[in-house]
Amino acid sequence: MAIWLTKDSKVIVQGMTGSEGSKHTRRMLAAGTNVVGGVNPRKAGQTVDFDGTELPVFASVADAMAETGADVTVIFVPPQFTKAAVVEAIDAAIDLAVVITEGVPVHDTASFWAYNVAQGERTRIIGPNCPGIASPGASNAGIIPADITGPGRIGLVSKSGTLTYQMMYELRDIGFSTCVGIGGDPIIGTTHIDALAAFEADPETDAIVMIGEIGGDAEERAAEFIKANVTKPVVGYIAGFTAPPGKTMGHAGAIISGSAGTAEAKQAALEAVGVKVGKTPTETANLMRKIMSGS
Amino acid sequence: MDLYEYQGRDLFERHGLPVLAGGVATTPEEARAIAERLGGRVVVKAQVKVGGRGKAGGVKLAEGPDEAVARATDILGMDIKGHTVHKVMITVTADVAEEYYFSYLLDRANRTFLCIASVAGGMDIEQVAADTPDKVVKAPIDAVKGVDEAKAREIVTAAGFPAEVADQVVEIAVGLWQAFVAEDATLVEVNPLAKNGDGRMLLLDAKISLDENAAFRHPDHEALVDQAAVDPLEQAAKAKDLNYVKLDGEVGIIGNGAGLVMSTLDVVAYAGERHGNVKPANFLDIGGGASAAVMANGLEIVLSDPAVKSVFVNVFGGITACDEVANGIIQALALLEQRGEQVTKPLVVRLDGNNAEAGRAILDSANNPLVQRVDTMDGAAERAAELAAAGV
Repeated sequence: MAIWLTKDSKVIVQGMTGSEGSKHTRRMLAAGTNVVGGVNPRKAGQTVDFDGTELPVFASVADAMAETGADVTVIFVPPQFTKAAVVEAIDAAIDLAVVITEGVPVHDTASFWAYNVAQGERTRIIGPNCPGIASPGASNAGIIPADITGPGRIGLVSKSGTLTYQMMYELRDIGFSTCVGIGGDPIIGTTHIDALAAFEADPETDAIVMIGEIGGDAEERAAEFIKANVTKPVVGYIAGFTAPPGKTMGHAGAIISGSAGTAEAKQAALEAVGVKVGKTPTETANLMRKIMSGS
Repeated sequence: MDLYEYQGRDLFERHGLPVLAGGVATTPEEARAIAERLGGRVVVKAQVKVGGRGKAGGVKLAEGPDEAVARATDILGMDIKGHTVHKVMITVTADVAEEYYFSYLLDRANRTFLCIASVAGGMDIEQVAADTPDKVVKAPIDAVKGVDEAKAREIVTAAGFPAEVADQVVEIAVGLWQAFVAEDATLVEVNPLAKNGDGRMLLLDAKISLDENAAFRHPDHEALVDQAAVDPLEQAAKAKDLNYVKLDGEVGIIGNGAGLVMSTLDVVAYAGERHGNVKPANFLDIGGGASAAVMANGLEIVLSDPAVKSVFVNVFGGITACDEVANGIIQALALLEQRGEQVTKPLVVRLDGNNAEAGRAILDSANNPLVQRVDTMDGAAERAAELAAAGV
């Protein structure tokens, strides 16, 4: 049944009428996702044709949910409007909001996160600046290519988009229950720990790949969590061993400051709790392949 | 983006926070003009984004304009831990009676902001926290509620600020929070927050980081970038909207997606250990849609780095199709030749994912002697390192 996103998920798209939003709505539909509509107050009441599928545009997330029973929203609005879009989704108490938008100011993310906490965390937020979530063969919410791999019993959680794709590709012979791209920003709605907990509880996931990168201490905290709570095998990969301190490596959160956030520290923390850490994506995939083949 | 101290002082002043009167000079004569304007005794401080200026001789007192010129002459051009001093800040002097510490910063782990306050200021706060943790207060700040007077008073009381300065510190705490939010800062650190001999509180130093993602609502922040300190290749890349970081190795790196590029740097460095210890020359993420024009711009930047001996193009076709990327590479090389660039450095290309077979076929049929196709990431890194080692 995968985690957070299943074949029964009904998906709406905030920003569906924009260029990125419409492109990826089309792709999500092609991947078999049950996309039921979009949100744009200026175009409410219109419909948009996606290769023969007519999708209605609603004035608000709440309207869309009331009309369609949607329980997932994918957000493609520009960074200036992202905070308002997420707050709207939280106010509507939707189950899952996947925030694809890159370049959201961290004060805005901190603000919508605090707001979500104040509302009792009814909404799971993934992202911002993430590729989304895919449960191969069931549903796909975001921009993860649907044809890399089929369904299987590995769970994947990653800060990086293309590394997610790379790992899905490496292990396509085995397949995945759910792949979650949590994003590389300093503040994110869903953490490695959240995904680890969900995969641990998911009867359709047998083992977990966790991809991290330099910056912050999320991987170290994940290691502590694994030690106390995760019984399924976990393999890890950390990007950025050779990144110099003080330089931001693409993701706003990927920066080594002082002695904090280094790949070495993350690897050591993971290995200390029994997580096998690969030196390269391919080596990491091979570690997982061994686990899945029972050798 | 990290600000210089003088930029921080200016920012605090704009937000009505109490700072010492001062200005910034790039020449001794400018220093004289500022010292004359300020009058009396002044401090001349080297502006570098590194600690330990005082010990290195980068902070000097001057009795009036003539001495200010002499001190500025000494300090300008000085090297402090590898940072050349191009600017000095001149301020009036403070008669410091007590030194405290106050900061707001991003707390990634708790997904909120944090206030750190201490009555033990003027020293390295991490050291204070390690030696005397009870002297350091860490208070989480709710990003929606922020810091109002009540919250500020709670922090000031918890940190144990003396009664005679408490009201002033509360006012500063609120004002500093407002500046932190208004400027989209991820760090504002005041160390020391000082009590002057006359009992007035002053923000005597400023360490500020601003969020570049918020640039769209701060057109004025662009002017704070120190263009002279930006690597010329990084500057050229930024002008072309490319995410490029100059490193000090020999293997040029181009890839799509920040994580994959970071991973590519690692894989090349590991391969380099077997090939003359060559290292990655740069980080360059060309993003999701790697069109021919973007690829040409990327190749141009990477190839214009004289340290580069070979280039590794590592693309996983997710949304982007590999045949488009392959066409992009071939067209980019042609485009560079049209622009009059002599491309002589070998390119190792690894394409995987969406339409990889078609992409590889395009590279093969183009038969460009500079382009070598290797189909695994580890294998391609090995080849690129080998070529760089041979070309060094």
